[in-house]
Amino acid sequence: MPRTILKIENLKTYFNTWAGVVQAVDGVSLEVKKGETLGLVGESGSGKTVTSLSVLRIVPRPGKIIDGRIMFKDEDLLRKTEKEMQKIRGAQIALIFQDPSTSLNPIFSIESQLIEVIQQHQKLNKEEAKEKAEILLDIVGIPDAKLRIKDFPHQFSGGMKQRVAIARALSCEPSLLFADEPTTNLDVTIQAQILDLMRDLKSKFDMSMVLITHNMGIVAEMADRVTVMYAGRVCETSSVNDIFLHATHPYTVALMRAIPQIGTEKQKLQVIPGNIPNLINPPSGCRFHPRCKYAKSICKMKVPELEKVEKGHLTACLRWDEIKKTLLKERERAA
Amino acid sequence: MKELPKNVVLEVEHLKKLFPVFEKGILFSHQTGSIHACDNVSFKVEKGKTLGLVGESGSGKTTLAKTILYLFHPTSGQVFFEGIDVFKTFRSKNKQDILSLRRKMQYIFQDPYSSLNPRMTVADIIMEPYQIHRHIPKKEWPIRMYELLRLVGLEDYHSERYPHEFSGGQRQRVCIARALAVEPEFLIADEPVSSLDVSIRAQILNLLGDLQSKFNLTYIYISHDLSTVRHICDEVAVMYLGRIVELAEVNELFESPRHPYTKALISAVPTSKPGQKSNRIILPGEVPSPINPPLYCRFYPRCKYHIPICKKKDPKLEEILNKHYVSCFRGKEKLD
Repeated sequence: MPRTILKIENLKTYFNTWAGVVQAVDGVSLEVKKGETLGLVGESGSGKTVTSLSVLRIVPRPGKIIDGRIMFKDEDLLRKTEKEMQKIRGAQIALIFQDPSTSLNPIFSIESQLIEVIQQHQKLNKEEAKEKAEILLDIVGIPDAKLRIKDFPHQFSGGMKQRVAIARALSCEPSLLFADEPTTNLDVTIQAQILDLMRDLKSKFDMSMVLITHNMGIVAEMADRVTVMYAGRVCETSSVNDIFLHATHPYTVALMRAIPQIGTEKQKLQVIPGNIPNLINPPSGCRFHPRCKYAKSICKMKVPELEKVEKGHLTACLRWDEIKKTLLKERERAA
Repeated sequence: MKELPKNVVLEVEHLKKLFPVFEKGILFSHQTGSIHACDNVSFKVEKGKTLGLVGESGSGKTTLAKTILYLFHPTSGQVFFEGIDVFKTFRSKNKQDILSLRRKMQYIFQDPYSSLNPRMTVADIIMEPYQIHRHIPKKEWPIRMYELLRLVGLEDYHSERYPHEFSGGQRQRVCIARALAVEPEFLIADEPVSSLDVSIRAQILNLLGDLQSKFNLTYIYISHDLSTVRHICDEVAVMYLGRIVELAEVNELFESPRHPYTKALISAVPTSKPGQKSNRIILPGEVPSPINPPLYCRFYPRCKYHIPICKKKDPKLEEILNKHYVSCFRGKEKLD
């Protein structure tokens, strides 16, 4: 039985802006088991990134963690002092940012940026740290690592920069890695290279990984379990197979149908009507109800809790039982 | 004028666009080479059909599209639209001819955040083409504008708003409405959905499809996202370093790609089916610089199927099967 490495309970992160309080993350609960890859899926503004920043406690101002518990290896990260957090960041929990061209500092060489991280957490002198940095660059597949380590970020292409960012994240062999849309800005062939690399490294370093993405294809390929987020809340959590084959939350179902598949022929896509809600003044009750085709009056009033559908399959929908039956019928008809 | 084959709306012949690269000297800068953004590209598009242009960033998709519309000045080559020589018309500086040609060919830009003027209301944005082309009487402008808004799925009250009040998907709808204001016959959509969210993406793709069947529009659809291409295109051209390496009917291309690059590109797209392990072809290295590319096959450094001739000669785009063009010396073989 795999142990839980990270458990987030009822996390609330709000941003106090002039226009009002943005409820970016509002009661998120999720769990990462040891050695697994959790896919965190959702559209922009659904709170995926803020969740990961909250875990590392680096939510930018005016954001604030209001409530909740973040249990990492049975310790509550929200109770730690800033000094204790510094020892965890990078060393035990690392983060790969979305955009490699802005997450590397343009005025320092790759060498000094890697050495900085290594020396921060490990008792190595400069020579040893440099040697380690070279080995890391070699592992992430940068040719001529010994020469390229002296280069600056602008001398690397996007894919290469992301490789450097991965090397930096892995430098202290963290046990949990957050990868925030690591391939969004890259071309498909480079994306394939990076995903392959990340899968290899995950088993090599025996890490758990949270892969944040909005690309369902990447999720299908990389993740063991999936958590779907919408407007700051969790809609559904289950194994990757269940999400793709037996999703019960209307948002997950609609999202799957809205994605064009490369393997199928020309046909009309099913559309989710409307837009993503404004989180300053989110819809009452279930936040998906204005766009949901199964919504009834109760959905406007009551906030759905995560309920158990099956073992390891949670869904936050008041009417999942009925919806599950209708979906089953639809699938039978299609087949 | 040129007689085009029946049904063909647009014909591009040996189109070339080079951008000069300069280096600073002591006194004067001198040209050290050129970026071959678009090199000897030829294709045809039929009426009412959609041609997809796919390729990685830097492969010259956008340059090709903009050169067709004379937004970039071509280095050489010709483009015929309904028999009219496009470049000759634009070079002639005859305002009447240019406007009537522009009316027929429109462009939807990639980024709806930067292609709308933030200081104009939506009504002004959509009515601006009327001011330029003056093809309908002024009294009808607002009526047409409201019609267009409804056509692209916006409401009447949106006309008084400014672009910043809209979400990305709504802005892209405004861009589409503006392009449609002059009743074009041919539209180039340059990555119209790449900056939008998944659920909004489907809305815009369906809208483009509906408009096509309603007005019998012809599209060139540019994208790096192969799954959307499969959905809305009839024909697909794959570009690599400024060249078309493969051109075929959409199902043919996706089911039996012949060029090694197309194979790798299609296999690299993650399929949304868990447990189905794709036999992914990982291409080594990255796209080389388009400044002074090699005289032999441009894909040679990353190709695992190469044979000696690949490093000696430059392959030409040849028809290997009915309407299936490949630019590879081994295009006729089935490579595995």
